Amino acid sequence: MKEKLTRFFASKWGIITAGVLIGIIGPLLQKFGNPKNMGICVACFERDIAGALGLHRAAVVQYIRPEIPAFVLGSTIAALIFREFKSRSGSAPIVRYLLGIFAMIGALAFLGCPWRANFRLAGGDLTALTGMFGLTAGIAIGVMFLRSGYNLGRSQKTYQAVGWIMPVLMLGLLLLRIFHPVFSEGGPIFFSESGPGSMFAPLAVSLVLGLLVGFVAQRTRFCTMGAVRDVILMRDFHLISGVFALIITAIVANLALGQFKLGYTAQPIAHSSLLWNVLGMVLSGLAYALAGGCPGRQLFLSGEGDGDSGIFVLGMITGAAFAHNFNLAARPDTLADGVLTVGGLSPLGMTTVVLGLVVCLVIGFSMREKFE
Amino acid sequence: MSIKVDARGFSCPQPVMMAQKAIQEGKFPIEVLVDSSTARENVRRLAEMKGCKTEITSQDDEFTVKLIK
Repeated sequence: MKEKLTRFFASKWGIITAGVLIGIIGPLLQKFGNPKNMGICVACFERDIAGALGLHRAAVVQYIRPEIPAFVLGSTIAALIFREFKSRSGSAPIVRYLLGIFAMIGALAFLGCPWRANFRLAGGDLTALTGMFGLTAGIAIGVMFLRSGYNLGRSQKTYQAVGWIMPVLMLGLLLLRIFHPVFSEGGPIFFSESGPGSMFAPLAVSLVLGLLVGFVAQRTRFCTMGAVRDVILMRDFHLISGVFALIITAIVANLALGQFKLGYTAQPIAHSSLLWNVLGMVLSGLAYALAGGCPGRQLFLSGEGDGDSGIFVLGMITGAAFAHNFNLAARPDTLADGVLTVGGLSPLGMTTVVLGLVVCLVIGFSMREKFE
Repeated sequence: MSIKVDARGFSCPQPVMMAQKAIQEGKFPIEVLVDSSTARENVRRLAEMKGCKTEITSQDDEFTVKLIK
């Protein structure tokens, strides 16, 4: 039975099933209360968690999103059932941390991870296309490095306890969400009273649907970065068929739920500053490619014992703190009294995206080896 | 005597790229040693795309994917 299921999840229909499932769950979570076109966004949700912990003080984006722990723990459960939980670490962790930081800075320049780019497009937000173009370009640059021998080295099998650090951390986050303690007067844990951070699906819904996503994604290795990379690198359309399934299903679901609004400007929690949508996602895409997984995939890997992916996740949370503390994150378009104000990046935000690109290029060029 | 490719500790796409390189060199059989089921499935998929037959054996938590033309 288990072997049969494993074969199914590894098959083309398995990955399409995962895409369809995530494509339904995203719009559903939005219907249940998550922000617009943000039923699921790994980057945004990690940013909200950073805010809730007080690592940044942007009052409108602070909430312990239960989806993130649920993704990790769903993956842990799947890995345990199918005997794939394996503690491993030691493949250039500090580089992964840095990549995580800049991946987040790029994601917050666009205002979303690849998952949200898909959901934004499925909600009718055409700026998502510019982000997807940037993402593809960033991954293509990453593929050039892979072809020229880039890798971060082998990981090592390690103590069982190492692999449990991320799942246990995530359990801790869940407890903070459930009990919402306040650790000092006027201090964390913060939950937004207005803005995107104040919009969320009921805890039980987020938790159950999140666990389901984590479980299926662990089994199928669903990865939005890997999808594009495999097409460019090897003409392998396996993973990308899952992404297409996600987008098509989410469009249908959004139409059915009345959540589809076609347009380019003033879309929910998005900006129409073309250049920085593209460059932000070039940076993210390159960082994901160099680190070997999109933000979602890194969560699922960290749930099955991969300490290096755990470090990337912590890097992303750190990056979110920098992005909001230093005013690097993009401002969304606003439409007030019929007047459109186009959002985008601060000059420092632009500079940091460029700096991130330089750092990623240095990493790509300097960490190449020739296979024997 | 088969060609051995040790891809243990690498995460994808490295194991697949290493296997692909070995396939291109054209000497069979090739034994690709991996230590994750993700890499095992990916190498198996590559082999099928390249028209190779595969035999998979496992020992502890490592797998040998044998590619036969």
